[in-house]
Amino acid sequence: MSETSLLVALLAAATARGAAPLVLAALGGLFAERSGIVDIGLEGKMLASAFGAAATAAVTGSAWAGLGAGVAASVLVSLVHGFACITHNGNQVVSGMALNITLSGLTAALGHAWFHEGGQTPLLGPGARFGPIDLPGAAALAGMPGVGTAYRELVSGHNLLVYLAAAFVPVVAWIVYRTRFGLRLRAVGESPDAVDTAGISVSATRYRALVMSGVLCGVSGAYLSIAHHASFIRDMSAGKGYLALAALIFGQWRPVPTLGACLLFAFADALQARLQGTPLPLVGVVPVQLIQAMPYILTVCLLAGFVGRAVAPRAIGIPYLKER
Amino acid sequence: MGREIIRGVNASASSRARCRWVAPALLPVINLALALLLSAVVVVLIGESPTRALWLLANGAVGNAEAVGYTLYYATNFVFTGLAVAVAFHGRLFNIGAEGQAYIGGLGVALLCLGAGGWPTALVVAAAVVLAAAGGTAWAFVPAWLQARRGSHVVITTIMFNFIASALMTHLLVNVLIKPGQQSPETREFDPNTWLPQLHDVARSLGWEIGRSPLNLSVLVALAAGAVVWIYLWHTRWGYELRALGHNETAAVYGGILPARTVIVAMSISGALAGLMSLNEVMGVQHRLLLNFPGGAGYVGIAVALMGRNHPLGIGLAAVLFGALYQGGSELSFDMPNLTRDMVVVIQGLIILVCGALEHALRGPLEAFVR
Repeated sequence: MSETSLLVALLAAATARGAAPLVLAALGGLFAERSGIVDIGLEGKMLASAFGAAATAAVTGSAWAGLGAGVAASVLVSLVHGFACITHNGNQVVSGMALNITLSGLTAALGHAWFHEGGQTPLLGPGARFGPIDLPGAAALAGMPGVGTAYRELVSGHNLLVYLAAAFVPVVAWIVYRTRFGLRLRAVGESPDAVDTAGISVSATRYRALVMSGVLCGVSGAYLSIAHHASFIRDMSAGKGYLALAALIFGQWRPVPTLGACLLFAFADALQARLQGTPLPLVGVVPVQLIQAMPYILTVCLLAGFVGRAVAPRAIGIPYLKER
Repeated sequence: MGREIIRGVNASASSRARCRWVAPALLPVINLALALLLSAVVVVLIGESPTRALWLLANGAVGNAEAVGYTLYYATNFVFTGLAVAVAFHGRLFNIGAEGQAYIGGLGVALLCLGAGGWPTALVVAAAVVLAAAGGTAWAFVPAWLQARRGSHVVITTIMFNFIASALMTHLLVNVLIKPGQQSPETREFDPNTWLPQLHDVARSLGWEIGRSPLNLSVLVALAAGAVVWIYLWHTRWGYELRALGHNETAAVYGGILPARTVIVAMSISGALAGLMSLNEVMGVQHRLLLNFPGGAGYVGIAVALMGRNHPLGIGLAAVLFGALYQGGSELSFDMPNLTRDMVVVIQGLIILVCGALEHALRGPLEAFVR
């Protein structure tokens, strides 16, 4: 019995760790997309931040400096996206794709040239990364069956950025639904003309949204390189930016359902890592790749309207031209 | 609106004619220069000399007959994927899925070649063209149908289909098609009668000596594909319908064009073109199915289409340029170990940025300047 509960707790903990970067990036994308800017550049921003954070942490030996540098790098990429899409009315999908490709090359090229480890940054020591935090009481509760295990494995023992990701969900929901900025953000994504008529700058609102997206993707990228792993590895985001985008769509551009989608995708991944060829009752051995492809298949089904219906912000992808 | 018409009437005919060709001819050059300039900044950050790097790159790409052969071999891939992206672009559809479509096209080619041991080469080649195109079309059809009938955005679905293709092919190569008793996930080598003839062998049989390179007969298929796309876009009813739809959907519908059918046809052709890319890699060079053989060519196609302004001629030129960057980039990394081929990926991304996303930023001032 206790073995089963331990297994469940470990699976849940792995889900939390896997979901954290997805949640952060998807919430970043939520700001951009709710303002009417398509954000397929999540992947590029995560990479920029992962590299910036690991490189800075390796040089300075400080995890906080790394986090700061990662966020700065990601915000910079976000602003380039804004320059192309908001200032120059460029195609948002093309711009995002361009940034993803550029950053994939740039981080590997700079990493290879600066650190001479084949595109990887040096391994970080304990002070240069965010290590696991043991919450008070984990040891005291350890003796209690069930609750103790759950508390020790699931609630306690994660790194700071996992807790930050969890905290961001209500914060983002509050910003989007309960603040003046949030109201303008949603309005600018649905009906920019109305916002413009009210005397509020569409461009400024969208730039602010992109900065928010940059900050959150920055934390997400830093999580990968200086919290979950201890160095930058080339292309280490490995499609997580696109997965976060899928989660955002699956969550219908709303914070809490997006969290649910991230948890679902991360759970599938954790399960897949644990099952690895174990036959299941009724279906036999499920190919690992099928479980890996599941989030993408689900998102396609959702977009097709076979499970629920994804309704995007109305003005998404359309540059706002003031004179008309 | 009214002012523009009046200005158009007043402008002399010669300046308008100049405007029509100068901007399309000059813009890609300026775009390339800008992208190279930005890349030079990266090279300086790395601590190497940009001018020496550029010279080494150019020399590595076209310095001798062998290098030219390699450049054209890479260019062949990019012609196919560039045409694929361009066809979709004409209908304002953004096909990011050329990578996955090429991958599935390769599956069709590989299954044929594995089973066509005793067939005459000409027959295998003809069947492979059909199967490569069919594989690509199959993978583009679902996103196309979903866009046309269910309104799901083709950008997102083609991205998802790239990942699904990757998972599917990994499964097939690791568990099904793998050569028994082998560690690396790849099929057995095909029988030689199913290999596309290399161009240097063909040339030798005609009495010419050209440098040895992986360049093979698929380059001719690429040229033919360019011609077919030109005819399709500008000399068929389907092509007219696609371009009309891309320019103005309301007007197109009013003119009796069915958007759903047009989208499905265009995306199917786009997928077929992407699928044909596998002829070069699978049948022409590797002679087996490898994990991730498209190697990013689908994404290069985006840059090629944008730079070639979605015209087959421009795509041919842009594909050769990118072929030169790929070939020159790998030579460059021998001479300057600090500069890996990732630099080429940076240039590629920057070209997409300045040609695609920042096109309005450059075109307006340039046209004003030319006028």
